[in-house]
Amino acid sequence: MSEANLTMGGHPAGIMEESPFAIPSAKLVMWLFIIADAVTFGAILFAYGYVRNASPDWPTPFKFSPSIVNVMLMTFILVTSSLTMLMAVRAARKDDRSGAIRWTFITVAGGIVFALLHLREWLGLIGEGVRLFQNPWGASLFGATFFSITGLHLTHVVGGVIALTVLALGYKRGQYDGGDIENWALYWHFVDMVWMFVVPLVYLMNIAR
Amino acid sequence: MNSAAKPDGGLKTYLIVYVCILAIAGLQVFLAYHAEGVPLLTRMLVLAIIQAALAVMFFMHLRQERRSLLLALIPATLFVLLMMNMIWSDSFRLIHMRAFPK
Repeated sequence: MSEANLTMGGHPAGIMEESPFAIPSAKLVMWLFIIADAVTFGAILFAYGYVRNASPDWPTPFKFSPSIVNVMLMTFILVTSSLTMLMAVRAARKDDRSGAIRWTFITVAGGIVFALLHLREWLGLIGEGVRLFQNPWGASLFGATFFSITGLHLTHVVGGVIALTVLALGYKRGQYDGGDIENWALYWHFVDMVWMFVVPLVYLMNIAR
Repeated sequence: MNSAAKPDGGLKTYLIVYVCILAIAGLQVFLAYHAEGVPLLTRMLVLAIIQAALAVMFFMHLRQERRSLLLALIPATLFVLLMMNMIWSDSFRLIHMRAFPK
């Protein structure tokens, strides 16, 4: 038996089974990370639901203005940044390097604006007396669940902003390719997708009436 | 380059999906203030799932990948998330402050 056959476990070299998903390993890893992260967010949202359902005095502090208006603006910015990230992927697929870099930086700008609006929302609540384990309205765990869920999401946004900045600069230098932009676009869309659950469950379920 | 198995959806498709996602977000806000009939949580979850499905299939291009990828990722995730629903019965017990049965 030849050396090649030995290394291939007895099969002739060159007859390799093709990837079952027909995607590069890096993309598959990103998908697996996203799935794991989705379950993490799922668990934290379920924990929030448990506490909320078990608390008869759960606070409903979110007024239409400024909270819900702010959240609607944040949603618009994040979904729009997903669209600009798609434009970056399209440009990268066409080997339009300057276009890909430009659209990626526009996405980064959207992420920064989103994060600033989020911090403004936090500061407003903190100003009203909301802390991790106390608030002026009712169930003491409101602050803990609110800041945990939105904080984890905000961490993902900030992480995405940093990653996309590094990616765009590296892509400009030729260090990264279009595949990397596509992989991180997946991450950014995932962050957008999580927000689609955070808004109705954390904000709209707790509007002030 | 991570070329997808099927051709790109096109800018027009992306714009339609983008508008749909924003419209659903607006509908959620409207329904939050006009909660009658179907429970608010059900309305919110159904609309959020539709938004997420649009994002995954079109923005994340899962629609264009091989079906084996979708079948490997989505059912397992949904199964785990559905299994988490077992906690609800205990939260209903807690709201009435009933002790665990001995």
